[in-house]
Amino acid sequence: MENKIVELQQVDKAYRMGRHEFLALKKVNLVIEKGEFCGLVGPSGSGKTTLLNIVGTLDTPTAGRAMVLNHGLENLTHRQAARLRSRYIGFIFQTFNLLPVYTVYENVEFPLLLLGRPEPERHKMVMEALESVHLLDKLDNRPAQLSGGESQRVAIARSIVKKPQLVLADEPTANLDAENSHHILRIMRELNSRYNITFLFSTHDEKVISYLRRKISLVDGRIVSDEHLRPEENHATASDL
Amino acid sequence: MQPLLIFKLAVRNLIGAGLRTWLNVGALSFVFVTIIGTQGIYNGLNEQATHAMIAMELGGGQYWHRNLDPFDPLTFESARGEIPSALQPLIESGKAAPLLIVPGVIFPGGQMQTVQLKGLPVNQKILKLPMQSLANSDADFPVLIGSRMASATGLRQGDRIMVRWRDVHGTYDAREVFVQTVFKTSVGTVDEQQLWMPLKKLQQLTGLENKAGKIILAANIAPVDAGEEWIFHDLDYLLKDLREMVKTKSVSAMFMYILLLSLALLAIFDTQVLSIFKRRKEIGMLMALGMTRGQVIQLFTLEGAIHGMLAAGFGALYGIPLLGYLATHGWALPEYTRGYGMALGERLYPSYGPVLVAGTTVLVLAAVTIVSFLPARKIADMKPTETLRGKVQ
Repeated sequence: MENKIVELQQVDKAYRMGRHEFLALKKVNLVIEKGEFCGLVGPSGSGKTTLLNIVGTLDTPTAGRAMVLNHGLENLTHRQAARLRSRYIGFIFQTFNLLPVYTVYENVEFPLLLLGRPEPERHKMVMEALESVHLLDKLDNRPAQLSGGESQRVAIARSIVKKPQLVLADEPTANLDAENSHHILRIMRELNSRYNITFLFSTHDEKVISYLRRKISLVDGRIVSDEHLRPEENHATASDL
Repeated sequence: MQPLLIFKLAVRNLIGAGLRTWLNVGALSFVFVTIIGTQGIYNGLNEQATHAMIAMELGGGQYWHRNLDPFDPLTFESARGEIPSALQPLIESGKAAPLLIVPGVIFPGGQMQTVQLKGLPVNQKILKLPMQSLANSDADFPVLIGSRMASATGLRQGDRIMVRWRDVHGTYDAREVFVQTVFKTSVGTVDEQQLWMPLKKLQQLTGLENKAGKIILAANIAPVDAGEEWIFHDLDYLLKDLREMVKTKSVSAMFMYILLLSLALLAIFDTQVLSIFKRRKEIGMLMALGMTRGQVIQLFTLEGAIHGMLAAGFGALYGIPLLGYLATHGWALPEYTRGYGMALGERLYPSYGPVLVAGTTVLVLAAVTIVSFLPARKIADMKPTETLRGKVQ
């Protein structure tokens, strides 16, 4: 029980669209344990991102019970949710969402600034994170000077720099070519193994799916299957790169 | 999160934004300098006119004969009385000066023109009129005229002109007077249609010995009781008309001030709204990284406020030398400004008081902060999931 990072019970999420209500999630039950490398898989509009947002405390369920890192989302204030995100949850987005006026170093440093970590500790952690995504040579670059793959690696470094318990990645390979996609997926799998960080993806990309150890399929807001996989053996590990 | 961190992040964002920051700062600094500059001109107009009137016409206050109505020249003949004995010590010590006003007529170029003959002691130093030049004159009836009067009548220094008036008994009398000096003044009310002559001469010509219509007090002299026939008017009363005029002009000045400020705020608001809405995904990202709504609002509001502070500093860099130069050297006023009804002089010296500078700075800073706060609050109130998608409500 202590290994449970996420526990959803009968979670509904409804959106009001004009006079009508659209049910994005229907009676979702899900448990994710520490150290998992799993993905929410399904077509567009199946509720993947909605579920990811709820797990990331960016949104709240309309009904049901959601526990994330031992916090019930129903009673969480905005401030408590923000604190939870800043300490324990990392995000990776399809469009990278790097802060455009900051350098690579500053982007990765930002979550540590929010946590009030002292400068020497910040420096050590930022360098370690950037080393793990192989970007030590781009410290002073701005996001506009990076390729898509490099930008996503910065986003990964930013998400793991504070050693979170959970990293949520929303379509992380959607804007990347095949080579870069495999590259960042290997890095994430390596980080998962090295730091035991739980990764939860939202994707319909077969490349991502091939790396997952657990595939949760969603259709029309419902979980239709939940499979434990054996990731393809032909994927190289990050240490091989 | 510590407030210092928010400040550091705001500074980092501004530095990172590079040219955009400096364009905003430059435009906003221009607003500071323009508003302060414009208001300084109005302040200069007011102060200059007030000082000139005090120096040339009003002194530190005036006793008026109770029958005197300055707007009714017909009262001038009845508004004369014995110079009160209570004021004699002040007059003898140069702290007060009697003024006698007699309506008259001159005939420049063969045309009749009404004038006021004004008699003032030649040794008085209360009003900055060159009366002393009359004391040194060899002429029987030397007079001073202002440059406007000279221009209107075609009179020049050294000219002679016939003056007609009615004496104490109502009998018309006439003499030829000698234009001893033509003086320049910005105060039209001591210039146009006026002939200044020694008080004793005027009293003698009109048979009004020891009589006056007004008694002008020097500055900072406490008024004394001069009897029922004489009413003391302080500067507040005497400057009432000017201040009313200033107030009327202040409305247009205020309109300009509000217009400039509104245009500036509109530009700033527009820039801030564009900037903040353009950065809505960034706001969503900041929330995803763990910033609270309040912190996001603080950050963006502080960025706006720092814009304002940088603009104030940058504006000071070029505004202080520029406005300082104008305040010291002034600028030449065109001829037509004489028709403004205020004693403006030939050069205008803008005046930038601490209240104007500090008040405008605080006002613009507060306004910039508010127009930064409003769009930031609107976006921060949205759900992070929507801002992350770049949605705008």
